[in-house]
Amino acid sequence: MAKDRTENSASTRSRGEIIFYIAAAIVALIGLTEATYLTVIFLSGETAVCGQSPDCFKVLGSSYAKIGWFPVSGLGMLAYFAVFTFAIFAAFGYAHARRFFSWTVLAMFAVTLWLLFVQAFRLHAFCRYCLFSAALIFLLTGLVVARPSSTQKTSQ
Amino acid sequence: MRRYAPFIIVGLVAALAVGGGAIFYRKKLAANPTLRITKETSDSKETGHVLGPADAPVTLEEYGDFQCPPCGKLSEPINQLQKQHNLRVIFREFPLAMHAHAREAACAAEAAGLQGRFWQMHDLLFKEQQAWSNAPDVRGLFIAYAGMLQLDVEQFKRDIDSPAVVQTVQADQQRGAGLGVQTTPTIFLNNQAVPPDQLMADKFPGFVETAVKNAKPSS
Repeated sequence: MAKDRTENSASTRSRGEIIFYIAAAIVALIGLTEATYLTVIFLSGETAVCGQSPDCFKVLGSSYAKIGWFPVSGLGMLAYFAVFTFAIFAAFGYAHARRFFSWTVLAMFAVTLWLLFVQAFRLHAFCRYCLFSAALIFLLTGLVVARPSSTQKTSQ
Repeated sequence: MRRYAPFIIVGLVAALAVGGGAIFYRKKLAANPTLRITKETSDSKETGHVLGPADAPVTLEEYGDFQCPPCGKLSEPINQLQKQHNLRVIFREFPLAMHAHAREAACAAEAAGLQGRFWQMHDLLFKEQQAWSNAPDVRGLFIAYAGMLQLDVEQFKRDIDSPAVVQTVQADQQRGAGLGVQTTPTIFLNNQAVPPDQLMADKFPGFVETAVKNAKPSS
C-alpha cells in the first residue's frame, strides 16, 4: 500500500477527486449504519422494525433475507465497509484502492439489481430499508460512472 | 502522521460499527428476552402456555382470539402487568368462528410454540393484528412472521397444519367451552372470571392491581 501510494502522490490528485471519494465514503457510511442496524435487528429477533408493514415482513422474513444462517444485511455491512475503506484510501492517493472501489460498487450494483428483481417478481413486496439501500447503491454507482475525468486519468 | 490517517479513520469506523452494533444488540436482547417461554409442566395433561412462576400470588388465565380487537388491546397491558407484579399468565386458544383467520392464527402461534417461540408469535400477532386481519394472503404473512422470529420456516409450515397443533387448539377451545367461555377475551384471575366491564384496557390494570393487593401469597 505504501509503495502504491508513493506512485500516486498527493500532488497528482485533484481537489475534485478528493471530494468525490469523501462523498462516496459518506454515502458508504450511511449504508453501513443502516446495514448494521438491520443485522442487529435480525440477530436479536426484533420485529418492531416492520411494524404494520406486511411487505416489510414478507421481505425481511423471507428465505432470501439470509444465506444459510447469515443475514444478507450482514453481507451488506461488509460490502459498505469495504466501499468506505477503499474510498478513504483512494482519497489519500492509493491507486489500487480506486480500482477496488469501482469493482466493489459495481458488484453491489449487480447484487442490488438481483434483490430488486426478487422483491418485484418473486416476493411481490418491497421493503423500505431495502429500497433505501438500493438508492444508496444507485447513488454510489452514479458517482463511479460520473467520476471526475482527472480521476480516470490518474487511475489508469 | 498523514501517512497513517486512512488506517486510523478506517480503524475507528470499524471499531464504531462493531462496538456500536454489539451495544445495540445487547440492548435489544435485554428489552426482548427470547427465553421467556415455558410450556405448562405442572400438569402434563394441561395445554396452554405459561409465563411467570408457579407460586405467583395471582394467576391470570386468558381465553383469547388473535383476531379479536379487544384481545389485541389487552395484550400489552397484560405483558406489563406480568412484568410489574410477576403474575402467572396462562394463554389458551379460543378462536371465534366469526373471525376468518383466527383459527389459522392460533395454529401459527402453536406451531411457533413447538419451536419455543409461542410468546414472541403471540405478541407479534396481536401487534400486527390489523395488518394480517385484512391481508389477502394471511398464510404467507404468518410464514414471514416465522422467518422474522428466526424459526425453522419449513418446520413451521409443516407444523401449522399438523394434527397435533390442530388438536391443541381444539383442546383449549373445548376446555374453555366447558368453563362457559363464549366470547373473547375471557379472563380468570385466580379462577374467578373478570367481569366484562372490567376488560377495557383502561380499567383492567387497576382491577388486576387490586387483586394483587388482596391476594395472599400461596405457600
